[in-house]
Parts: sequence; C-alpha cells; structure tokens
Amino acid sequence: MIDKRVDDLSTALRGLQSGASLMISGFGNAGIPANLVRALAPMGLSDLTLIINAIRRIDECDATLFDQKRIGHVVTTAFRGPGRTPANFEEQWQRGEVTLDIVPQGTFAERIRAGGAGIPAFYTPTAAGTSLAEGREQRLFGGRMCVLEEALRADFALLRAQKADRYGNLFFRGTQSNFGSAMATAADITVVEVEEISEHTLPPDQVHLPGIYVDRVLQAPRLD
Amino acid sequence: MTAALSRDQMAWRAAQDLADGAYVNLGLGMPVLAASYAPDDRDIFFQSENGILGVGPLPAEGQGDRELVDAGSRVVTLRDGAAVFDSAASFAMIRGGHVDITILGAFQVAANGDLANWDAQVPNKGPLIGGAMDLAAGAKAVHVIMRHQTGDGGARLVEACTYPLTAAGIVKRVYTDLAVLDVGPDGFMVREIIPGLSRDDLAAATAAPLTFADDCRDLFAPDISVNKD
Repeated sequence: MIDKRVDDLSTALRGLQSGASLMISGFGNAGIPANLVRALAPMGLSDLTLIINAIRRIDECDATLFDQKRIGHVVTTAFRGPGRTPANFEEQWQRGEVTLDIVPQGTFAERIRAGGAGIPAFYTPTAAGTSLAEGREQRLFGGRMCVLEEALRADFALLRAQKADRYGNLFFRGTQSNFGSAMATAADITVVEVEEISEHTLPPDQVHLPGIYVDRVLQAPRLD
Repeated sequence: MTAALSRDQMAWRAAQDLADGAYVNLGLGMPVLAASYAPDDRDIFFQSENGILGVGPLPAEGQGDRELVDAGSRVVTLRDGAAVFDSAASFAMIRGGHVDITILGAFQVAANGDLANWDAQVPNKGPLIGGAMDLAAGAKAVHVIMRHQTGDGGARLVEACTYPLTAAGIVKRVYTDLAVLDVGPDGFMVREIIPGLSRDDLAAATAAPLTFADDCRDLFAPDISVNKD
C-alpha cells in the first residue's frame, strides 16, 4: 500500500548526507519549505549544494547554514543579499569558500524541467551575446545564436504545497508552485511540507503535481 | 519651463503605449508602476514571471494571500480571467514569444539596441540576474524605462554598453525623464522631447548620435502628485 506521509522532520530528511545536492522551491515568500530548511543545520552536514532561485531566502529562513559553513556550492539566479553590506554568503563566495553557478531564471527553470524530463541538454537564445555565454558551446538556429545548457538534477528536492494526500498528490495555492513542480521531477527524493494532508484523496482534476514525483509528505504549518 | 519627468510620469507615459488586449510583463522598479497607469478602457493582462497571467491591484494593507506574490515578491491579487502556473511554464510562455511587451529598467541602452540591466558591478556584492535575460530574449518587444542620465550626469544612452549585457540588439523603445526614443537601424530616433529642452541639450545628455523624427513632438505627462502604487 502506498503511503507517503511521514510524521516528523527527521524521517522527512532521512538519507540526506554531506556532499548532497538539494533543490529548494520558493519565490518571494510563496512556496518556501521553511520547516524543512530549518531542519538542515542541526543535521551537522557539510559541503551541501543548494539549487534555489534566490539565495537570500535561505539566509532569511536560517542564517546558520552559511554561518556554520555548511554550503559548498550554489546554483541560483540571484546571489545577492539585501543592502550594500555584503551578506555572509557573499563574503564566503568572495573568499572562494562557496562556488557559484549563476543562471538566468528561465534557463534555471528549464534546466530543472529538462532534468526531470530526460532531456540532457537544450539550446536557448537566453544569454547569447552576454558574458554568461563566453566559453560555452553556441550554435545558430534560424539565424539566432543560442547557448547550450545542461539539465540539472539533485539528490533531494524540498517543496511546500497547500495540500497532499497519502499518494503524494499535490495541490498548490496561489504562486506556491513556482520552481517546486519542476524540482520534484528532477530529484531522486522529493520531500514536501504541506499545510494540510487531506483525509480523502485529492480529486484527480485538482492534482497539480502527481504523486509519482513525490516521496514524502509532512504536515507542517507555514512559518514566516 | 524645463521639467524632467518623475518616476511615475515616466511609467505613465510607457503605459499609454500598451495596446488593448496586450499581454505585458513589467520589470521591477519603475516598470511595475506602469500597471497603475494603463488606460482604463484597455483590457491588459500583466504577466509575472513567477507564475501569474493577470496580476491585479495590490491588496489593502494586511490583506491578501501570502502565498500569492508577484515577481517583486509583493503580495498581489488576481484580475478577472487570471491564471497561475509554475515557473517552467511561465518561462516557456516568455521564451516562446507569447508575451507582447516587456518593460524593463536599465543601466544603459546602446544605439544598436543592446541592453545592460543586470550587473551594475557593485563591489562586494554577488550577481543577480533574475528573469531579465529570458524576458529580453523572449518577449516580442522590449521597452525600457530609465532616467536619461546617471545621478552624476553620465549618459545612459550610449554607443556601446560598458556594463555587462543582458541581451544584444533587442530594445525597441526607451522612455526617459527627458524623451521618448525609438531604437532602429539608424540608432536612436527621438519621438518626443520635454517642452523647453532644446535638441542640442538632449544631444549633450546622450552619448550616441540622435536623429529627430519628422513628427517629433512634446513629451507630455499629467501631473501625478500621488503615487497610485
């Protein structure tokens, strides 16, 4: 019998080890799996790779991840803290303690989507003619220069959704889905924290992400 | 009387060019102000790249759903006919050429349409690209709102961008506090100029050659004293 519900954070994150790669959903304060993120630092892991749209959301969620130097590599579209003073993660990057893959947001989303869809790489006009394309494989299609981008995958994906059922079917509220839907398809283990685990299975035409992509669901209230 | 346009006046002017039925993406900063100034008789859908087609007005203070935000991370509402979707679908919409216009902010625009708006080379700060490169590459038309000059009087309309490019050769129109300019095969063509500013003064504030349209007229924007945003 399939039952993807778990009862606590340690079960939700079981198997996560040092050196692992993690995709973390969220845009603004929508769809941030803050309960799961705050459970990471106490696990004592190091050399983690974070794949996340905007890294400052991690710092806002739990600054100890960078304070304790648990992050070794970041793939992101926005590696900038608020204000003019450099954030801890910006300083660690400048000292070479954290390496960085900076990616345009649409390319970021599509690299993850490709990773979950069995497409190893694709060409896109985004970033052609910019410094990001330097040294990269480029090719003309229909008279337009395009850049070769490789798919992204991860060991774990951490998401937040509004509702799940025991099959792992997900329902998102508002703009909660953002990168999470693609991330769930591109990770070996997908863990979802939800506001509510439905007593009944979700109606099939209200399933935004099918349970085949989800491994564990944990009920946890939204944190701010 | 020479009065440069305010931020809201620039946004108002850019909004007047949005056609009835247009699908429009607004960048952060000044561009997003344009949503407040689109003419009421036009049915316009604003796209937000985190996954909204049909962004509505901001909710009253303390109201709204915190799981419903726009690309500037503001809690927003949805208009009638809106839809929400995930980021990969949103950027497929953008990259696939379905969005009619994106209005973006910029540090520099070059006479060949090159756009520089993502890396101001601020020391000690990390890079931030967001969706600008995808929007610039994917929208059917790219319009820019920016001040004509930097705070210390440097030109932002230039022969060649000195800041890192966001995309090459894609800007079609620029709205500044001094003028409205089209970017074409012959570089910048001035369509509108604020009353009282001479053509020579505008040229002096610009680091690329200007041509003036035969029907070049006064740049008009209403007095907007209250920021509607």
